Amino acid sequence: MATASETPHIALTLRDHLPILQVLIPLCTAPLIVLLGDRRVAWGLAFLAAMLSLVVSFLLMMQVMDGSFISYHLGGWAPPIGIEYRIDAANAFVLLLISLTATLVLPFALRSVADEIPARSHTLFYACFTLVLTGLLGVVATGDAFNVFVFLEISSLATYVLVSQGLYRDKRALSAAYDYLIMGTIGATFFVIGIGFLYMTTGTLNMADMAERLVGQGDNRTVQAAFAFIVVGMGLKVAIYPLHLWLPAAYNYAPSAVTVFLAATSTKAAVYVLLRFMFSVFQPEFVFDTNLLLWILAPFALLAMFAASLIAVFQTNFKRMLAYSSIAQIGYMLLGISLFSVTGLSATMVHLFNHGITKAALFMAVGALVLRSGNTFYDRIEGMGRVMPLTGAAVVLGGLSLIGVPGTAGFISKWVLVQAAFEAGLWWIALLIVASSLLAVIYMWRVVEILYLHTPHPEAIHKEAPLSMVIPMWIAAGACVWFGIDTSLTMGAANTAAIGLMGGTDGMALTPTVGGLLGNGH
Amino acid sequence: MDTNTLIFLALLLPVLAMFGNMAFAKQDNLRDGFTFVCAILTFGAVLGVLGNLGNSTSEEIVLVEMLPGLQIALQVEPLGLMFALVASGLWIVTHIYGLGYMRGNKEKHHARFFACFSAAISAAIGIAFSANLLTLFLFYEVLTVSTYPLVAHKGTPEAIRGARTYLGVLIGTSIALFLTAIIWTYTLAGTLDFVPGGILQGKVEGLLVPILLGLFAFGIGKAALMPFHRWLPAAMVAPTPVSALLHAVAVVKAGVFTMLKVGVYTFGIDFLADTGASDWLMWIAAYTILASSIVAYQQDNLKRRLAYSTVSQLSYVTLGLALATQMGVMGGALQIAMHAMGKITLFMCAGAIYVATHKSNISQMKGLGRSMPFTYFAFLIGALSIIGLPPLGGSWSKWLLMVGAADADHKIMIGVLMASSLLSLSYLLPVVAQGFFSTSPDNPYNGVKEAPAFCYIPPVFTAIGCVILFLYAGTLVEFLTPMLGVPQ
Repeated sequence: MATASETPHIALTLRDHLPILQVLIPLCTAPLIVLLGDRRVAWGLAFLAAMLSLVVSFLLMMQVMDGSFISYHLGGWAPPIGIEYRIDAANAFVLLLISLTATLVLPFALRSVADEIPARSHTLFYACFTLVLTGLLGVVATGDAFNVFVFLEISSLATYVLVSQGLYRDKRALSAAYDYLIMGTIGATFFVIGIGFLYMTTGTLNMADMAERLVGQGDNRTVQAAFAFIVVGMGLKVAIYPLHLWLPAAYNYAPSAVTVFLAATSTKAAVYVLLRFMFSVFQPEFVFDTNLLLWILAPFALLAMFAASLIAVFQTNFKRMLAYSSIAQIGYMLLGISLFSVTGLSATMVHLFNHGITKAALFMAVGALVLRSGNTFYDRIEGMGRVMPLTGAAVVLGGLSLIGVPGTAGFISKWVLVQAAFEAGLWWIALLIVASSLLAVIYMWRVVEILYLHTPHPEAIHKEAPLSMVIPMWIAAGACVWFGIDTSLTMGAANTAAIGLMGGTDGMALTPTVGGLLGNGH
Repeated sequence: MDTNTLIFLALLLPVLAMFGNMAFAKQDNLRDGFTFVCAILTFGAVLGVLGNLGNSTSEEIVLVEMLPGLQIALQVEPLGLMFALVASGLWIVTHIYGLGYMRGNKEKHHARFFACFSAAISAAIGIAFSANLLTLFLFYEVLTVSTYPLVAHKGTPEAIRGARTYLGVLIGTSIALFLTAIIWTYTLAGTLDFVPGGILQGKVEGLLVPILLGLFAFGIGKAALMPFHRWLPAAMVAPTPVSALLHAVAVVKAGVFTMLKVGVYTFGIDFLADTGASDWLMWIAAYTILASSIVAYQQDNLKRRLAYSTVSQLSYVTLGLALATQMGVMGGALQIAMHAMGKITLFMCAGAIYVATHKSNISQMKGLGRSMPFTYFAFLIGALSIIGLPPLGGSWSKWLLMVGAADADHKIMIGVLMASSLLSLSYLLPVVAQGFFSTSPDNPYNGVKEAPAFCYIPPVFTAIGCVILFLYAGTLVEFLTPMLGVPQ
C-alpha cells in the first residue's frame, strides 16, 4: 500500500475510502434507525451496517497484512492539520475482531433482545448498539489523539444506555450502568487530561506527529504526567485489576447480547489504545527506559490473573463468573505488554482476538441459557447441558479454549505468552502463567459438571435454544477451534502488529521492519 | 495403499465410529456392529502401516502449521507403531467384551459410552504416530478430555468425585508442567521434532537438565509417577471395559510411551547417561514401584488392587528410561506391550466376575473359581505374566530391565525389581488361590455360572496373547531396535 506522501489526497475509488467508510457506515446508520423508527427495520439496518463493516475491515486487513499501513486524510486535509485515519496490522486486526463480533451478535440478539427487552425499546436499542459499534471502530481506526477521545465517549455513552437496558430483568442493571458511567467518565477525563498535556508539550494532536515531537522529551515532567494520566485513564476502560470494579456488575446485569458484544470488544479496543499510546506515541525507549513497565504492569497483571480467577472460582452465577474470568484474562494481555518484546506483544495481540471469540461463544451460551432457564445461577442451570446439547457443547469448547487446552485458540495465546516469558528469561513468570490457568480449569469445570451431571431444573424450559442463537454461538465456538489449529491469520496479523508496535515511532512513520516472530533464528 | 492413507484411516476410522454411535444412538445392534467393523478396519490399517514399513521410507506428514515452525505432523516410528498396534488390536477384543459387559450389566447411555471410547482410541493412535511433541501434546489432551465422560459415566456422586480427581490431576499436571517443559524445550532447541539421539544435547546443561526432565516426568501425569498417581485409582469408578482398555492400556500406556519418547527422542539416552540427569528419577520410579505394590496389597476392592498394581508396573517403564541404558529402554518399551496384554486380561476377568456376581471385593470371592473356571484360568495366566514368570510375555521385559540395571551399574535396582515381582505375586495369586481352594461353609456361589460368553472369551484370548508374546519377544526387540539409533 502506498503511503501518504506518494498518493495525493484525491482519492479515486471506493477502495481508497475504506478507512473512513469503516466508521461512517455505522455512524450514518444509527440516526437512520431512529428516524425510520420501526423495530424490524432497525434490526435489519444494524445488521447490514455490521456486515458492511465486516467486509470493510476484512479488505483493510488484506491490504495491511504485509506490514504496510494506510494513511487516510479526512476531507483531504493533510496531517498534522487535518485528521488522519491510519490503518496498520495492529488496528486492522482489532477492527476485524470488532466488526466480526458485531456481525455475529446481531443475529443472536434478534431473539435474545426480544426475550429480555420490551418491544417499544428495540429501535433505540439497535440505534445505541450501532453507536457503540461506531465508537469502537472509530477509536481503533483513527490516528488522531483527540478523535480517540471523541469516539471513546460515543461508544461509552451508548454502552451505558445498553447496560441499563438490563433493568427489565433485574433493576440492579441501573446501578451497574451508573457505576460504569461514573468510572468510565473518570477514565475518559483522565485520558483527555493526558491528551491535553501532550498537546501543551507538542502542539499537535496527530499521533504520528506527536510521536516525532516527543523524541528526547523523556525528562519532561508534563510528558511524564501525560503518560501517567493516559495509562490510568485507559486502565479504567481496560479494567486493569484493581480498576475493574465496574466490570462484573456491568457484564452481569446487561442484556445477554450486550454482554457478548462488550466482553468481546470494548475492553479489547481499550487495550489497543493503551498499546498504541505506550508504544507508538510514547516510544518504547521512553516508556521502558529501565524496563519500568515490567515492574509496574506485571504485578497488576499477575494480581488480576490470580485474584480475579480465584474470585471466579467462588461465584455461583455463570455469567458473573465469566465476568471475573475476563478480568483475569486481561491480566494475560497486560503481562504480554510488560514483557516488552515482539513475542510478548504478539501474545497480547493474539490473545486479544482469541479471548474475544472465546468469550463471545461463552456469553452467547449464557444468553441461550437465560432464554431457557431464566437466569444463570448454578442451581438453575443444572443439567441444562442434557436438554440443550448444542449449547452445552459450546460451553465445553469455549471452556477448553479459556483453559488453553491444545487445539483451541486459547492454547495459542498461552503458548506464545509462555514462550515470551522464557525468552525474557523469566521462567517464574512462565510458571505463574500456567499455574493461573489451572484456576480456569477449576472454575470452568465446575460449570461443565453442573451442566451435565445433574438433572435439569423443573422450572426451566427443556428445549434447545433457537437456531438464530445456536448458529452464531457455534460460529464463535468453531472459530475457537479453527484459530487454535490454523493460526496463519491470527498469528500473522499479531506478529506483524507486534513488530510494528515495537518499532515505536518508526513503526508509525516509516516502512516497518520485516521479520518473522517464531521462525526467527531457528 | 500407501502409508499416509493408512495412517489417516487409522486416525479417522475411530472418529467415524464415534459419529456412527451418535447417529445410530437408538439402534443398538447396528450401532455396535458398525463400531466393531470400524475397530477391525482400524487394526487392519495399522497392520497395513506395519506391512509397508519395509518397502517405503517413513516420511513426515504435515497436517497443518499451527504456529510458524511448529507443525501438527504425523510420522511412523517403531515404538509408536507398536503402541498403535497394541491399542487398536486390543480395541477389537475390548469392544466385544464391552458389549457383553454393558448389556449384561444393564448399564445406561451405551451410545455416549462407545462414542467417547472410539474418540479415545483415535487420540491414542494420534499419540502413537505423532511426529513432534506439539502434536503429541494435542492428542494427549484430547485423550484426557474424551475419557472424562467415561469415568463420570455412572453419574453417581462417587463417579463425579472420581472423574474430578481424574481430570484435575491429568489436566493440571499436563498444563502446569508438561506444557511448560515443552515450551521451554522449544525455546532451548528451536524444534520439537522427535529425532533419534535427542535435540537437547549441548542446548542445556547443569542443574537445568534434571529440572527439565522433572517437568516432563511429573508433567506426563498419565505415567502415574508418584505423587501424581491418584487419578488412576480414582478412575476405577468407570465401567470395567474402560478400566481394561483405557486405564490398563491406552491412557496409561500413552503416558509411559510419551515418557519414553521424550527420553529417547528429546533428551537422548546418551545425553541422559552422560549428565546423570535421570538418576533421581530412577529413585522416584523405584519408590513408586515398591510403594504402590504395598498399597495394592492392602486393597480389598479388586479393581483398586489392579489399579495400584498398574501404577507400580508403569514405573517399570519410567525406571527403564531412567537407567539410561539401551537395554533398560528396550525393557521399558517391551513392558508397554507385555503389561498391556497381562493387565487387560486381569481387568476383563474382574469385570466378568462383577457381571456374574456383582461382587467387587476380593474377600467376597471365595470359592468362585470353581464356578467360573475360564475366567479364573485367564486371571491366573495374566497374573503370572505381570509377576514376570516364563513362559509368559512379562518375563522378558523384567529380564531386559534387570540387564539394563546391571549395565548402568545400579545393581540395587535389580533388587527392587525382584522385590516387586514378589510383591505382585503376593497380591495377585491369593485372588486365584482363594477362588479355587478356599471354601466357606455357606458358599453363596453354588448357582453362579460364567458371565456371558462375550465377557469371558476375550480375557481367555488375551491370556493366550501373553504366551504368544513370550515366544515372539525376539521379533519385537528386533523391530524396536531402530529407535535406539544404533546400527542393526
